[in-house]
Amino acid sequence: MSKLFSEENKAAFSSPINLNNPVAVQVLGICSALAVTSQLKPAIVMGLSVTVITAFSNVIISLLRKTIPNRIRIIVQLVVVAALVTIVSQILKAYVYDVSVQLSVYVGLIITNCILMGRLEAFAMQNSPWPSFLDGIGNGLGYAIILVIVGFVRELFGFGSLFGYQIIPDSWYVANGGWYMNNGMMVMPAMSLIIVGCVIWAHRAYNKEEK
Amino acid sequence: MAKKFICEQCGQTFEAASMPDKCPICGADSSKIKEVKSKGINTNSNVYTICYAAVMVIIVAFLLAFVASALKETQDANVANDTKGQILSALGYDKATIDVAAVFAEKVQDNLVEEGELKPYEGKFNTTYGSLIKNGELHVFTATTANGEKAYVIPVVGRGLWGGLWGYIAVNEAKDKVLGTYFYHESETAGLGARIGEKWFQDQFIGKPIFDQRNNVVLTVVKAGAAQNENEVDGVTGATLTSNGVAAMVKDGLTAYRGFLCWSECCCEKHADCTKEECEKTDVEQ
Repeated sequence: MSKLFSEENKAAFSSPINLNNPVAVQVLGICSALAVTSQLKPAIVMGLSVTVITAFSNVIISLLRKTIPNRIRIIVQLVVVAALVTIVSQILKAYVYDVSVQLSVYVGLIITNCILMGRLEAFAMQNSPWPSFLDGIGNGLGYAIILVIVGFVRELFGFGSLFGYQIIPDSWYVANGGWYMNNGMMVMPAMSLIIVGCVIWAHRAYNKEEK
Repeated sequence: MAKKFICEQCGQTFEAASMPDKCPICGADSSKIKEVKSKGINTNSNVYTICYAAVMVIIVAFLLAFVASALKETQDANVANDTKGQILSALGYDKATIDVAAVFAEKVQDNLVEEGELKPYEGKFNTTYGSLIKNGELHVFTATTANGEKAYVIPVVGRGLWGGLWGYIAVNEAKDKVLGTYFYHESETAGLGARIGEKWFQDQFIGKPIFDQRNNVVLTVVKAGAAQNENEVDGVTGATLTSNGVAAMVKDGLTAYRGFLCWSECCCEKHADCTKEECEKTDVEQ
């Protein structure tokens, strides 16, 4: 057990959550961070799906890493990811139909997510399956955290709700004689880039000394 | 290409084009020198690369084909059940809490429109209606709503920003007002266009009129917050294109069913007792 959770393996898991965050530091996966974060719930669903798929495609590529011809390695990685995502979505469709309806939009976004390709290329190609698995989980969660932060800010200020439940009292709104209005900017995709920028700023300012 | 050799006398390895007469390091004769064969396959060779790609693609293709065909039946059953749930949803039932298949069998009857009349449809239950409507095979579901009212459910199909939209519109017995709707989408943006699938959006349609006096579909979706007239419904903030898609879908969908929806007096107040010909003539005159 001690070998399974050695310092190195712990680092593979924990560093992408903070110091080597895929979104805030490696600046990967920005496009999907933009697409699914206008509300909190899709942001969480997307974060978890990417975590699962990154972990398992990392394991598969790590098992195959010694046999993969160098010149077509990106194609091999892409085929593995696409096959994995397609099979998982087919199984979900057959046995948990509701979840698959929820995920329908994300399937395409997961396959093209650059975090997956980035981790397969940078980590799984050089490491054995177990650290690769931890690395996948860590990066997925690091990505999910940023998505949740952005989703939280955008849903709260853009719709006045969280998880679809109204947080800001109705009586505050101008329409009901109050003083408050939802910020329409927050609903626009461009705003998520600005929020991601602010998150990166805060993250770098906080971790200044550790670098 | 240089081969690798090992001298058994001194234990050194060296490279040479062919078997040398003497070891270049210790001078031992060729009987002591052995060629070192590299272990495993060269993963950079063209043959290996091509074989690898071919084998991988074939394995993945078989795997996907196998998974798809093995699960097809269960998936189709799920899709059919979900479609029934959507129709019941338009009728005001909560599809999450009821036994969809049983309630559907009890409350809903699938019909085809023939010459403006309904004929019971006995074939296999359809889950997509886009191509059927295009071919003139118009399905109408007669049903009772959750409140016990008699209703007609009309399937509609359209296009949103990224992909297809579809929906079911429940119309009252007089065929002039909406009793409920259900809309969903293939791939609209989560949190924006995808909100057309939410209840608050769909419930706005309840009680809205469908046709004006001249048989034109007036029910429409306008910019969020701009709905003022009786026939208008608020769109989704930040998803104008999807909202426009819903408006176009409702208009085209209900227009396609005009032959069924319009012969009652409801939408032809000017011709309270109009015939099909008179109604068509009215359209042409405009």
